Amino acid sequence: MSGFRLDQGGRIDRSQPVSFSFDGVTYQGYAGDTLASALLANGVMLLGRSFKYHRPRGLLGAGSEEPNALVSVTRGPGRFTPNLRATSVELHEGLSATSQNRWPSLKTDFGAINDRLGMFLPAGFYNKTFMWPRSFWDRLYEPAIRRMAGLGEAPTEIDPDHYGATYAHCDLLIVGAGPAGIDAALEASGTSKRVVLLDEQDEAGGGALSDPALWKWLEESLKDLAAAPNITILRRTTAFGYYHDNFVGAVERLTDHLPHPADGAREKLWRIRADEVVLAQGAIERPLVFAGNDVPGVMLASAARTLLQRYGVAVGRSVALMAAHDSGWRDIFALARAGVGVAAIIDLRESVDAALLGEAQVLGIAVELGHSVIDVHGRLAVKGVTIARNDGAGAALLACDALLMAGGWTPSVHLWSHSKGSLAWRDDLGAYVPDQPNEAVRCVGACSGKWSFGSGLVTDSLPTPRDQSRIKAFVDFQNDVTAKDIRLAVREGFKSIEHIKRYTTTGMATDQGKTSNLNGLQIAAQALGRPVVDIGLTSFRPPYTPQSFGALAGHAQGALFQPTRKTGIDSWAEENGAVFELVAQWRRARYFPQGGEGMLAAVNRECRAVRSSVGIFDASTLGKIEVVGPDAAEFLNRMYTNPWKALEPGRCRYGLLLKEDGFITDDGVSARLAADRFHLTTTTGGAARVLNTMEDYLQTEWPDLDVWLTSTTEQWAVIALQGPMARKLLAPLVEGIDLSADAFPHMAIREGTICGVPTRLFRVSFTGELGFEINVPAAYGRALWERLIADGAAYGITPYGTEAMHVLRAEKGFIIVGQDTDGTVTPYDAGLDWAVGKKKPDFVGKRSLSRSDIVAPGRKQLVGLLTDDPTVVLEEGAQIVADPAQAVPMTMIGHVTSAYWSEALGRSIALALVAGGQQRIGEVLYVPMPDRVISARISGTVFYDPEGARLHV
Amino acid sequence: MRRQPPQWRIEMLLIHCPYCDEARAEIEFAYAGEAHIVRPPDPSLMSDEEWQRYLFIRSNPRGRHHERWRHIHGCGRFFNAVRDTATDKFEATYKAGEPRR
Repeated sequence: MSGFRLDQGGRIDRSQPVSFSFDGVTYQGYAGDTLASALLANGVMLLGRSFKYHRPRGLLGAGSEEPNALVSVTRGPGRFTPNLRATSVELHEGLSATSQNRWPSLKTDFGAINDRLGMFLPAGFYNKTFMWPRSFWDRLYEPAIRRMAGLGEAPTEIDPDHYGATYAHCDLLIVGAGPAGIDAALEASGTSKRVVLLDEQDEAGGGALSDPALWKWLEESLKDLAAAPNITILRRTTAFGYYHDNFVGAVERLTDHLPHPADGAREKLWRIRADEVVLAQGAIERPLVFAGNDVPGVMLASAARTLLQRYGVAVGRSVALMAAHDSGWRDIFALARAGVGVAAIIDLRESVDAALLGEAQVLGIAVELGHSVIDVHGRLAVKGVTIARNDGAGAALLACDALLMAGGWTPSVHLWSHSKGSLAWRDDLGAYVPDQPNEAVRCVGACSGKWSFGSGLVTDSLPTPRDQSRIKAFVDFQNDVTAKDIRLAVREGFKSIEHIKRYTTTGMATDQGKTSNLNGLQIAAQALGRPVVDIGLTSFRPPYTPQSFGALAGHAQGALFQPTRKTGIDSWAEENGAVFELVAQWRRARYFPQGGEGMLAAVNRECRAVRSSVGIFDASTLGKIEVVGPDAAEFLNRMYTNPWKALEPGRCRYGLLLKEDGFITDDGVSARLAADRFHLTTTTGGAARVLNTMEDYLQTEWPDLDVWLTSTTEQWAVIALQGPMARKLLAPLVEGIDLSADAFPHMAIREGTICGVPTRLFRVSFTGELGFEINVPAAYGRALWERLIADGAAYGITPYGTEAMHVLRAEKGFIIVGQDTDGTVTPYDAGLDWAVGKKKPDFVGKRSLSRSDIVAPGRKQLVGLLTDDPTVVLEEGAQIVADPAQAVPMTMIGHVTSAYWSEALGRSIALALVAGGQQRIGEVLYVPMPDRVISARISGTVFYDPEGARLHV
Repeated sequence: MRRQPPQWRIEMLLIHCPYCDEARAEIEFAYAGEAHIVRPPDPSLMSDEEWQRYLFIRSNPRGRHHERWRHIHGCGRFFNAVRDTATDKFEATYKAGEPRR
C-alpha cells in the first residue's frame, strides 16, 4: 500500500462518499474523484498488465494521455466499454470497473511469463518468427498471439444506447479550457463573436485545477464566462479531429458519469465549423527512459501533483523524484509542503537553479545532482531505486515507495497537425512546436511551446553503467516498446521514423504515443547519429483520444441507417402480408404469400394469375422525369439511342440510354404527351443518376437547348394492371379514354380520368400480356389500388411482387439493367440492335459503338439458356464453360445473369452473357457447380409468346 | 438492382458556389470529374485514338486541378473549380462556360 488520501486538500467533495468496485472489490472514494485517484487513495497501485510482456503497471499520468491504466467499465447489459483510461473515468456510485489483459488475476497473471522470455521477444519478433509454415499462421500462431497479447475485450452485445449529433457554427472555437484557453475566451467575451470553448475534462481549468494558487482566478474567470451571452462552454467534450476549412469534430460525453442516467443520448457528436480556431491543448509531461521506469509507483511528476492538489491523494509515503527539468522540483515541493514524505531529489543535471536548491534545503529534501536512477526495485510496487552518478560510479540504494519522473514537456500539437500546420523543432525543448498555420488557427499557451515550468536538459535516455541491451527501459508503455527495441530496429537498417514506428510499433497504441513519441524519436536519432529533424516525424491522425463507434454512427443505425423509401401503396402491401425487399432505397413487395406459402409457390400462383386473368403490381418506384420545352425531342434524340423526333404525341417508346463509352446504363418506356412534353421513365435505382446525367449534358454541353427537366418520381403512383382481363376490369372506371385495341394500341398513352382522378394511362407491358400502367397523383394511389382490388375480385385479381415481375419479364426476354447488364454490355451485346437509331448522326455513346474492341467478335452476348434437365434452376452468377472436363482453372466463357422457374412453360429458364453467344444458339454448354455439372442449351432470349400475340389484343 | 451501400463521408470542405455566391458545406455538392473536357461536336470524325483520349485520359495532376462540381443539393448547377489536389484547397470556383482559370 503506497498511495493514500490526505486529510485535507483537493477539489473532491468529502461530504459525498461514493462506493465503487474494481475487479470485484468494493472501495470508497468521493464525488469529484476519477477511478484512478480513488484507487490510489485506497492504496491500489497495480491497475493493469502491459500489452506484450504482461508487466504489472500502475498510473503513469493523471489525464487522457495515460497509457497504462486501461480498464473496462460495465454499465449494465450490453453497456460494456473496454480500454477506458482510469484517469478519465469519473467516479460515481456503483461504478463497476475491471482490469484487462490478465489471467487469472491482476496480481497473478500467467501471461507474465512473456516478461521472463523478453529477450526472445525483440522488435519484429512476430514478423521474424511466425513466418513458416504458412498454414500454421491461421490455425496456431495468430489465435495464440491474439490470446496472449492485447488490451480489453471487444463488447459482444449490441450497444443499447443511443447517440446524438449536432452541427455548430461559431466565430471562435477554443479547444482546451486551461488558463490559456480561458484567457482567449475572456478576451472574446466583450465582443459580438459567437464563441465555443470546449474541454475534455469534467471541470474547466486544465492545469489550473492542479494549482490552488489559481483557483480563485479560475472561479472568477468561469463566472465571467458563464455570464457572457456569446460564450458556450462544453465540458466532457473532446475535439478529436481537425479537418479542412476549420471543421472540427468533437464528442461530448453526456451520461457515463451519472449513476442513474436518464433516457437521453449517451454521447453527442459535434460537427463544428469555426471562422477561427484557437488551440489551447497544453503540454504533456515526458517520462524519462531508464530500467524499471514502468514499475507501478513510477509516474510523471505532474501527475503526482494533480493527484495531490486536485484529488487530495498522496502517491506514496516516501516519494523520490528523478528530474531532468525544473518543473519536477516544484511538483515535489508541493508534495513536501502538503506533508508527504520525500525521499530525495535526483537530477540528471550537474547544476540547477539556486532558488530550487534553496527551497529543497528549506524543506529538508536531500538532493543528488548529476545522478540518474539506474534500477527500480519491486515488482508490483516500487520498493526502492538504485541511483548512480552519471559516469556510472557511486551506485547506491535509495528506499522509496514512489518515483516521480520529470523529463520535460511535449506540446500537444495533435490538432494543429491534423490541420496540416507545419512544425518547427526546438532543441532547447527537445520538442516540435507549431510553426506556420494552414488554416485560420493559432496555438496559445503550453501547446505553442510557451510555459512557465522552467527549463530542463533534453535527453533521450538516462545514462547507465548497465548493459543497455539487457535492460527494459520503456519508451512506449502501452505497446511495450523499449529503448533497446528502437536501437535494434536502427541496427537492422531502419532509418526513417515511419519505418521504425511500424517495425517496433512505438506510438501505434491507442494513445498514439502521447507520452512516447518524442523519446522514441530522440533514441532513434541518437542511434542513427543524426539530428532529430533528419529522421522525420510520424503523422498525427484523428482521433486525438479513442472515441466510441456509437458517437460516430449517431442515429445512422437500424431503421435509420439509411432512408427507406415507401410508395403510397406500401402500407396496403404491409397490411396484406407482403414479403419485402430493398431495391435501391425503396422497399418493394417481393411476393404476397397466402396461407403459409413459400416464395416459389406464391410466385407461381402470382404468375399464373397474370397469364390467365389479371395481376396488379405497384410500379410507383419507377423513376420519372418530366421533359418539357421546345427542344425536348431534340434533347432526347441526343441522349437516347432511339429516334424520338418522329414519335407522335400519344405514343410511347422503349428508350435505351448509354454512357459515352457505349455501354448500357439505363432504360425505360417514355411517352410523348405533346410536341414539347415527354413523360420519361427510368429504372427504379437509376432515377437520380439519369436525371443528373441529363442535367449535366443540358447545362454544360448543350446549354443552347431550351429544355427543362423535373423529377416526378414521387408525384405519380403507378399501378400496373397486367393480364388478359385487364381491359375489362379497367373499362368501367375510366372516363375520356377509348380503351379499344384500335383506339388505344400497345405503346400508347392517353390522358383522362379514372374513378374521377386525373390519369396518364399507359398501355405498356413488362409481362408480355395485355397491360396498362395507370399513373395517378401519388396521394390517390392506395385508394385506386383498393378499388381495383375490389372490382377485380370478379376476375380473381392477384397482387404480385417484384419476384413474379422478374419471372414474367424473363419469360419475354426483357432485360433488367444492372442484372442482365453489368456496365460492359452494349446494345448489340444485349440483342437490342433494333433500339439503336443507326441513321441518327450522333447520340450519347454512338461513337463508342464503332470502336475496334466493341465490334470485335467474341464479345459476351445475352442469350437464353435452357437446362437439359428442365427441373433444374441455375444459380444467378454461376460461371459457364464449354468443356467441363478441362483442367482447373477452367476457361470461363460467360455467366448466368437471370434464372427462374417458369410456371407458364413448366420448366426452368435462364438468361446468360456468353462469349460469342448469338453464334452459339443450339450449342450445349456447362455450368460447373460444387456438387455437379449442369448442362444447358443456348437459345434465344424470348421464351414465351415469341410472336407477341398476347400483347396486341 | 440491389441495395446500395450508404455513402460514408466526412463533409469537411467549404465550397463556394458561383451561382449562389455562397460558401456551403461539401455535403451539398457532388464531384463531377475533370473540367474543360468538351464533348466533340461531331464524334464520328474522331479516330479511335482521339475518341479514347476524350473518353478515358485525364490529367490527374498533383497540384492545381480544374474540376467540375455540382451544387446538387442546392441550386443544382454544374460549375468549375480549381483545387489543389495535394492540399485540398480551393483556389477558385467559376461558372460553366467561363474561360479556364
